[in-house]
Amino acid sequence: MKWVLRAGLLAVFAFFVLGPIGNLMIWSVAEQWFWPNRLPSQWGFRFWDVVFRPTGRAMESLWLSIWIALLTTATCLVVSVPAGYALARGKLPWRPIVMLIFLLPQAFPNLPVYINIARIFFEYDLNGTVAGVVMVHAVHGLVFSVWIATAAFAAIDPELEQAARNIGASGPRTFFEVTLPLALPGIVASAIFVFLESLDEFTGSYFVGAPEIRTLPLMLYSAGAGGNIQIAAISALILLVPSILFMLLVERFLKGEVLAKMGR
Amino acid sequence: MSARLEIDRVEAAYGGTRVLKGVSLDVAPGEFVALLGSSGCGKTTLLRCISGFVPVASGAIRVNGTDITHAPPDKREMAMVFQSYALWPHMSVAQNIGYGLRLRKKSCAQIAARVAEMVAMLKLDGLAERNVTQLSGGQRQRVALGRALAVDPQILLLDEPLSNLDARIREDVRHEIKALQRRLGITTIHVTHDREEAMVMADRIVILDAGTIAQVGRPEEVYNRPASAFVASFMGANNAIRLDLARAGTKLRVASGPHNRAAELPHDGDVDGKVTAHFRSEAAKLSLPGDADPQGALALEGRIVQAAYPGGFWRYAVAVGDRQFMVDDERRVEVGVNARVVLPAEALHFFPAEGA
Repeated sequence: MKWVLRAGLLAVFAFFVLGPIGNLMIWSVAEQWFWPNRLPSQWGFRFWDVVFRPTGRAMESLWLSIWIALLTTATCLVVSVPAGYALARGKLPWRPIVMLIFLLPQAFPNLPVYINIARIFFEYDLNGTVAGVVMVHAVHGLVFSVWIATAAFAAIDPELEQAARNIGASGPRTFFEVTLPLALPGIVASAIFVFLESLDEFTGSYFVGAPEIRTLPLMLYSAGAGGNIQIAAISALILLVPSILFMLLVERFLKGEVLAKMGR
Repeated sequence: MSARLEIDRVEAAYGGTRVLKGVSLDVAPGEFVALLGSSGCGKTTLLRCISGFVPVASGAIRVNGTDITHAPPDKREMAMVFQSYALWPHMSVAQNIGYGLRLRKKSCAQIAARVAEMVAMLKLDGLAERNVTQLSGGQRQRVALGRALAVDPQILLLDEPLSNLDARIREDVRHEIKALQRRLGITTIHVTHDREEAMVMADRIVILDAGTIAQVGRPEEVYNRPASAFVASFMGANNAIRLDLARAGTKLRVASGPHNRAAELPHDGDVDGKVTAHFRSEAAKLSLPGDADPQGALALEGRIVQAAYPGGFWRYAVAVGDRQFMVDDERRVEVGVNARVVLPAEALHFFPAEGA
């Protein structure tokens, strides 16, 4: 009786998780699917062909998305590694306030924030540029990267650094040969988070980037809105691949002790 | 390669509180000095001042006459063994030991030879390529020691390096470190709160109390001739009794009190008047009803209230009035028996009574 209930619950859960993905998969290989048919009347990979055609906008969007995600990740790392180290090691009296500032963009509803950013960017000709989109994504990504980097540095016993100084290593050498390698798992994890967030980001890209910058989520949106459900389904599936790959990586990299220090 | 270390009126503060209040100490080349004290006495702070991790507020630290008071930690040619061992988990045993040599730009062959030497000396054979996280506590301790010794430091600093070891291994390691230090002739500063450890390992013991030096001396000096009531208590003379003395030539006369008869103790020195006398449980004797009357010693009338057997002898708590003293005796005595605590003059350390 008990296992019947358990199996039932599992089935419901699986349906909610896998149902939409299954639907996406069917749509991606449906060449003709009219209401009220339960299943497509014609199957095929014609739309995959359309998406992956060298002249297709989809591949262009994918590479652009990856490029923007890489730039965003780099930008966040440049800020979060020194900031995280300073926040974890320095006895800053205004530490909580600094942490709060990095959280602030998350505290407000997205739309007004992005609309305002778009208005400001307009004055600086940043709308519709890769730089503008990267900056918007970085604001969002810095929350993760600074908090995770701070936790990663805080998890390192200061005596490990002192031992290096004591045996004759200069300050910078200690940082690059002891501190940074020990913090690396956390920092890599934060970089992956930032990368994935940037890859999936829609609202900010839409207000700051569109129509010049067509990232994959934007393409997905316009394809869906234009009735090209197959194209939308295929781009959604493409977007899933890096997410799943990286989530597996993150699980291996992020240790419990780093997570336990988050936000301290 | 050993160095003279001079600590000259060093003061240090930690978050507004003065932790060291003017500490001066000269350590001869090759000498093994233990900094002994309870937690919060400033011993670790002093070690961290020497290693450069705690800034010195005033005073000076000199190595072979060169002022290093404000030199950065990496320019001091000292090597420290941390209480936590502080081994780098992303490096193997060999990489940990060889890191200091790599910083000194030694060739790969030189590093490998020196690491092999350390591994053999510290009995770490076969562990060189292991990750340090796979080692036992004793092995980690030896890797930490190897990392410190590999660079031929002028001064070796030991920050309670044995406190994380099992009691059984600790005894062996004490002697191993001591023998190694003697053989290499490195000037060594050892911080510990363990009296026995300090006694066994050090040439000289520095007892710290609340940021000042309470006494400096060879182990037998601080043990047998404590300079203050604090040192006496710290070195194990925990029993304290207030006495009113009158000097008569080479004798001290103790007036009779509610718990003792008048007694005369042979003693020369400048003890007189109201004093606090400290004694060790093993220096006192128990006199039971039927024993001969003790001569030339102070005898306190009491009753046995507790008995324990720590091994080799019995340890009794004896109630004298409203006070209790610990006394050792080889005989087995029942709790509740009346007994006298016999204190020969040589068992007593006299100090002027506070508030007298």
